[in-house]
Amino acid sequence: MSTHLQVSQGDRHRTPLMSVAGYAAMIVVVLVIAVPLFWILITSFKERQDIYVRPAQYWPSPATTDNYRDTVTSIPFPAYFRNSLIITALLAAAKITLGVLSAYALSLLRFPGRNLVFLVVIAALMVPNQITVISNYALIAQLGWRNTFQGIVIPLAGVAFGTFLMRNQFLSLPGEIIEAARLDGAGPMKLLWRVVMPMSWPTLVAFSLITVVNEWNEYLWPFLMSDNEKTAPLQVGLTLLQNNEGGNNWGPVMAGTVLTVLPILILFLFLQRQMIKGLTAGAVKS
Amino acid sequence: MQPAAEVATGVRAGPPPPVGPPPRRSGTDRREWLLAAALLLPNLALLTLFVYRPLIDNFRLSFTDYNISSPTGATPVGTANYVEWLGRDDTRTILGNTVVFTFATVLISMVLGLALALLLDQKLRGRNVVRSLVFAPFVVSGAAIGVAFQFVFDPSFGLIRDLLTRVGASTPDFFQDTGWALFMVTTTYIWKNLGYTFVIYLAALQGRRIDLDEAAEIDGASPWTHFRRVLLPQLRPTTFFLSITVLLNSVQVFDLIYAQTRGGPVGTGTTTLVFQVYQETFVNMRAGYGATVATIMFLILLAITFVQVRVMDRGSTA
Repeated sequence: MSTHLQVSQGDRHRTPLMSVAGYAAMIVVVLVIAVPLFWILITSFKERQDIYVRPAQYWPSPATTDNYRDTVTSIPFPAYFRNSLIITALLAAAKITLGVLSAYALSLLRFPGRNLVFLVVIAALMVPNQITVISNYALIAQLGWRNTFQGIVIPLAGVAFGTFLMRNQFLSLPGEIIEAARLDGAGPMKLLWRVVMPMSWPTLVAFSLITVVNEWNEYLWPFLMSDNEKTAPLQVGLTLLQNNEGGNNWGPVMAGTVLTVLPILILFLFLQRQMIKGLTAGAVKS
Repeated sequence: MQPAAEVATGVRAGPPPPVGPPPRRSGTDRREWLLAAALLLPNLALLTLFVYRPLIDNFRLSFTDYNISSPTGATPVGTANYVEWLGRDDTRTILGNTVVFTFATVLISMVLGLALALLLDQKLRGRNVVRSLVFAPFVVSGAAIGVAFQFVFDPSFGLIRDLLTRVGASTPDFFQDTGWALFMVTTTYIWKNLGYTFVIYLAALQGRRIDLDEAAEIDGASPWTHFRRVLLPQLRPTTFFLSITVLLNSVQVFDLIYAQTRGGPVGTGTTTLVFQVYQETFVNMRAGYGATVATIMFLILLAITFVQVRVMDRGSTA
């Protein structure tokens, strides 16, 4: 892939047949993706009796915001939202810092056993979360850290993929510039802040965005760690809401779902190019 | 995953370490060594304590009758948990669910993603909007999608029922029938993941060598031959990368299944290995057995990844 001579401009085989097939595929895929999303959204604005009718209504009439009011008042949604913000902020800060520092040491500092340490870091990618939860749960419970933020955050704070991503970025920087900075007498930390980081913003932004998305969406570990609104994040609160209301009262559940995914979708709307770059990193070198 | 990513990026360790080591005094080397240790230590400590330690500890626990709610007592039981796993009735069901869910996800999301990428790899109005829309579900949490799609599939008042009724078809009981429940969680997960395979294939297609396309055109190759002989071989590293990442991700799905079915209906209707680890450890209070299932799952994953890497290696040297 790195040897391509010329990048395709996306206008190969421009036969009318291919165009028609392309537009047809676009229409089908838009319907398949958008109709369920639309369904969830309209349900969240329906009055309760309008949700349970056949045939279904495809527009809420009358539209109501009661479901949203119920969601925010009847369950501690604001508390879950706050917890999600705290957990995501703490984990993102920890992972971005640790990822950048580890990657820097593993790419531009010289010390014996560097490749071995790199292998140790990224081999963690091969270990599924599910195999570590039993022992980690026992450890955290023994420390009395269930239903605390440190119990949720610390076990998730180690960073393997981000280290891999940032190390590749640092290794791709032109050696002459780094060498020149060294000859000018820049120490290692000054080199990182003044030379390496300013040339690495796009990758750092992509790394930061996927970290925020992943931590916001994290489920299993917070679900095991927290059983009340003191520390439970939105995703866990949503399934608790579903336990209480699901089936009999879909309106508030759909409103809760919309509120849970909205922050990430807004982020996606504005920063999708960087987000896609981060989430697909490792597959295609852009 | 590292070999996968390296193969696919073609950045094999990037350019050589960019700085030829100039002669230095050993004092500087030592300082650099200490700095590297300081920068790496927190991350290494976290990974050791919360990834590698529990990995080994999980293996130990799989040979005990450990109960997660009484952290003191774990009596060794030898291989009893493994023997039990081999003989239990639900083992086959759960393995079957895992295989269906995983392979359907890998196969269908890759084929659909590639097909869509091929069709949209041309100048079409609104292509970027479609790309964003298809990718959006991938950034949304599995828990939220699982909760919401329960109502999409609701056999009494859901979207699917309404659409099927309008075309005169009857609606399967997605909530009570085990086969249809598995269909429901698998379809939902494919819906969530299609954007990932599509976007990666599209990017790979746009980075291909167009001189080969031109050569095929001059030779008068049919579209199918062109696809088989020119495009597919170039997409090979991408296909390999996707087959590993999609497989590893889908084997590990917990949130979506928990939110949508709680592993049911009829006890184990949509229970996969990962879900069984949770169920045995935290619901049935048999962490020893849960650790056994987790160990078996890990070994299966390692074996599959190993085979995939071997197949890829053989293919690229052939």
